[in-house]
Amino acid sequence: MAEEKIRVLVAKPGLDGHDRGAKVIARALRDAGMEVIYTGLRQTPEMVAEAALQEDVNVVGLSILSGAHMALVPRILELMQANGQEDVKVFIGGIIPDEDVPKLQDAGVTGIYGPGASTQLIIDDIRAAMSAAAN
Amino acid sequence: MSADSIDIQPILNGDRLALSRVLTQIEKDSTAGRDALNHLFPHTGKAQLIGVTGAPGTGKSSLVNQIAYHYRHPVDDSQPQRIAIVAVDPTSPFTGGAVLGDRIRMRDLSGDPDVFIRSMASRGSLGGLARATAGIVQAYDAAGYDIILIETVGAGQAEVDIARLAHTTLVVEAPGLGDDIQAIKAGILEIADILVVNKADRPGVENTERALRNMLQLAHPAKRVFRHHGQQMEVDGADEQEYEALWIAPIQRTIATDGEGLTELLEHISQHRQHLENTGELARRERARLAAQLDELIESQLVSDWRASLKNGVYEHALDELEARHLSPYEAVQELVKEQKK
Ligand SMILES: Nc1nc2c(ncn2[C@@H]2O[C@H](COP(=O)(O)OP(=O)(O)OP(=O)(O)O)[C@@H](O)[C@H]2O)c(=O)[nH]1
Ligand SMILES: [Mg+2]
Repeated sequence: MAEEKIRVLVAKPGLDGHDRGAKVIARALRDAGMEVIYTGLRQTPEMVAEAALQEDVNVVGLSILSGAHMALVPRILELMQANGQEDVKVFIGGIIPDEDVPKLQDAGVTGIYGPGASTQLIIDDIRAAMSAAAN
Repeated sequence: MSADSIDIQPILNGDRLALSRVLTQIEKDSTAGRDALNHLFPHTGKAQLIGVTGAPGTGKSSLVNQIAYHYRHPVDDSQPQRIAIVAVDPTSPFTGGAVLGDRIRMRDLSGDPDVFIRSMASRGSLGGLARATAGIVQAYDAAGYDIILIETVGAGQAEVDIARLAHTTLVVEAPGLGDDIQAIKAGILEIADILVVNKADRPGVENTERALRNMLQLAHPAKRVFRHHGQQMEVDGADEQEYEALWIAPIQRTIATDGEGLTELLEHISQHRQHLENTGELARRERARLAAQLDELIESQLVSDWRASLKNGVYEHALDELEARHLSPYEAVQELVKEQKK
């Protein structure tokens, strides 16, 4: 049987207008051998959850710089749960104030990364989360 | 390996998570995926399959978005069709990873529960891609989607194989791809049922269209009419009857970013469908497609059975004999096949 490919949805929810960071992550994950579904700018929570469902991804990576993470992320998690995708791991990159981190973790976010985080760290964390889920 | 088999009823009932998960198994070519396909197969054969192929960046995804949108929102009073899309992008040969970006251009379809979009990386072998695509299309078909759009890049063997899946294949060109003629590989005309010149808002569209028209003319010389003893006679490459049955790919200009030319494009698609039905070509294509799939499966099954039946070292021994030039490849095959019969 073919090896297990990690499928990742990289999405940019919210209204902030540039996706350089998201693209960098998308390419880094590709170079790490993952299949990245990239959906572009200005995704609504509904669009993110719909894409995650149709693409049967293992991981959703959200890039949020607008500061709207507390409005967007719980909504996305809620929609994914309603779709039966509570097993999908969610990672967030962006500017997240310290006080929001535990709230997001409680809501079910697996990893949270600031603008300076190395892509290698994110790759390692995704792999670790995948092998933990497989066991 | 536990072959936990998949209940296909939710897929038939339109459960999108169940469909999405079976697509993953089909793509992996897992035992569960094959088992599901066995059960889904009796429910297939209803959908209309449309292939969209062409060089990178010609606007295939934007066009798929428009085509799907038009089928969802018909301008006449026809029923909206349920649409499923599979968009294939290349896997990086170096890392095995891929960035699948076709959904970026399909925003207009989001939020519509009667549209399903799946991105797929080309992964390993050519045969594997064609098999996975065929499987995904079967699952969509069984799930009750009326129209299935298959987007692939380029014009290689994989595209030709995938085009063979489709009832109608659109080949997309666009002006300004450097040298227009080079981008239009001769082989692609053979799979094109409809030629689309997209980005018709861009300069150079006339040149692209002219180049295509010239190439088409070479492929299907037009009827030449001349006078013979005062009577008009028609002479052509094909005889009259054959000519009736001949479909000459129309060329349609489009602007996929604003929908221009889409009504006409859908009209061509429906005319091609009509042509396939009227000439019996639809049934012929269907049968040829099933035959190709059967042949491929027979070959891979026989080869893997045969390999498994060989005693250890026999194959390597034959290889040694080849290397030493004691046997020719033909002789080696004879020896190996004899070996198995013992
Ligand atoms: N001017 C113009 N631009 C277009 C048109 N159609 C598509 N584009 C643009 O062309 C670029 C590529 O479009 P896509 O639809 O992604 O093309 P594609 O053929 O699917 O690309 P790949 O899947 O990467 O091979 C995008 O920036 C589109 O907005 C058109 O009719 N006119
Ligand atoms: Mg595309």
